[in-house]
Amino acid sequence: MAEKYPELRANVIAILRGIAPEVEADELRDDRPLRQQVDLDSMDWLNFLIGISEQLKVSIPEADYGRLVTLGNLLDYLRAKLG
Amino acid sequence: MFDFTLPSLGADMDEGKLIEWKVKPGDTVHKGQVVAIVDTSKAAVDVEIWQDGVVHELLVEAGERIPVGTALATLLEPGEKAPPKGAPSKGARAGGKEARRAAGGAAAVGEGRPLAAAAAVHAEGARLRISPAARKRADALGVDIARLTGSGPGGAVTLADVEAAAQPGAPKAVEAIPAAHPEADRNAEMRRAIAAAMSRSKREIPHYYLVETIPMARAQRWLAQANEGRPITARLLMAVLQLKAVAAALAQYPDLNGIFRDGCFEPVQAAHIGVAISLRQGGLIAPALHDVGSKPLDQLMRELADLVKRTRAGSLRSSEMSDPTITVTNLGDQGVEAVMGVIYPPQVALVGFGRIMERPWVEDGALLALPTVVASLAADHRVSDGHRGALFLAELRERLQRPEEL
Repeated sequence: MAEKYPELRANVIAILRGIAPEVEADELRDDRPLRQQVDLDSMDWLNFLIGISEQLKVSIPEADYGRLVTLGNLLDYLRAKLG
Repeated sequence: MFDFTLPSLGADMDEGKLIEWKVKPGDTVHKGQVVAIVDTSKAAVDVEIWQDGVVHELLVEAGERIPVGTALATLLEPGEKAPPKGAPSKGARAGGKEARRAAGGAAAVGEGRPLAAAAAVHAEGARLRISPAARKRADALGVDIARLTGSGPGGAVTLADVEAAAQPGAPKAVEAIPAAHPEADRNAEMRRAIAAAMSRSKREIPHYYLVETIPMARAQRWLAQANEGRPITARLLMAVLQLKAVAAALAQYPDLNGIFRDGCFEPVQAAHIGVAISLRQGGLIAPALHDVGSKPLDQLMRELADLVKRTRAGSLRSSEMSDPTITVTNLGDQGVEAVMGVIYPPQVALVGFGRIMERPWVEDGALLALPTVVASLAADHRVSDGHRGALFLAELRERLQRPEEL
């Protein structure tokens, strides 16, 4: 499967690694639930989204969390937000 | 004069390794100040002093492994004069030190090597001359300022001296410390420590377990509304609501909050909740979030975020490790439906929350699908029984139906 938006993906994974240093970019599947793949608890997840919103300058309302299940969902969402 | 001893930083700790002194002889210290860093099987812990005083003598060197209860240093009470050199009390101290080392047995290392000469000089009362900036830099670089020779006016240690000492090849305090345990050793050691504490718990504490399914629709709605107007950095987590609700319910059931010691229960008024935090490399630490009942949710959220961060970074304070009065384990929205915990001695209760999930729910004869959570209580039968425990869980359920009051 071709990876989506390689540059954005790399940025997002770099932020993720700030929380889960053991994550290997190549082993992450874009089409699987991210929190299950990486074992993020609710505090990790919040910190991950804080990292994204601060570094990529996007706002992520809590109401949108439900749409952000897989890494692919997240990348699509951010791509749309970043225009 | 009083001894500063190595405190027990949890039931699963029986010894620690002194990593670093944050004070030196002659320093005035205040209650709550971090005076040393000690490595336990779980984390490097900032150990706080519990009363004001002036550091008289450091009895243990960085790198030494010592049992809980060992005297690490002697201190003078505020206003107390140092005993003259060679005075009987000093001799007695020295004797105590030898006895301690003997008692420590194989654990004691570095025999025969006195504390750094510079530290001994300062014991005579002279304060090390160093600028605050240089001291701060030395802290950041891990340079032991007691071992530096100052090049500034009157032998003062300058920023440049600190920088020079931090260069590769320069003698550093940390060189005296053997390399940290490899990760695998640390994990194995932590598992052993947790297993020992939990075995003790299962052996000594007659547990009883209760569960209650709690509707969470109101709490979820309230939280969603509260977070709507907030920047992401100020948003609250459900875990914080749950912790606050536990503290509020405990206020009415104090027989679940406290310490069981020497055959009797000592209730504690404030709820210092041990929050079970899993580490990414495996293992678990449950440091205290202090006095949860009296703090607003925003403050609790900030403190919880900070506690999680410091737990994972391995920089907890000794008070956080030693004084939880109850533990809450929250397996969260990625977890299982329900958890039955094992009480962490010397506490007498543990509250567990499973995953919030939609379940069939009957209300006024109507069948609904509602978000609910299974809350469990594991409690100590020596102190309370099922009736009290059930009332506590009912109170917890009611508190979570009125999130606006938390």
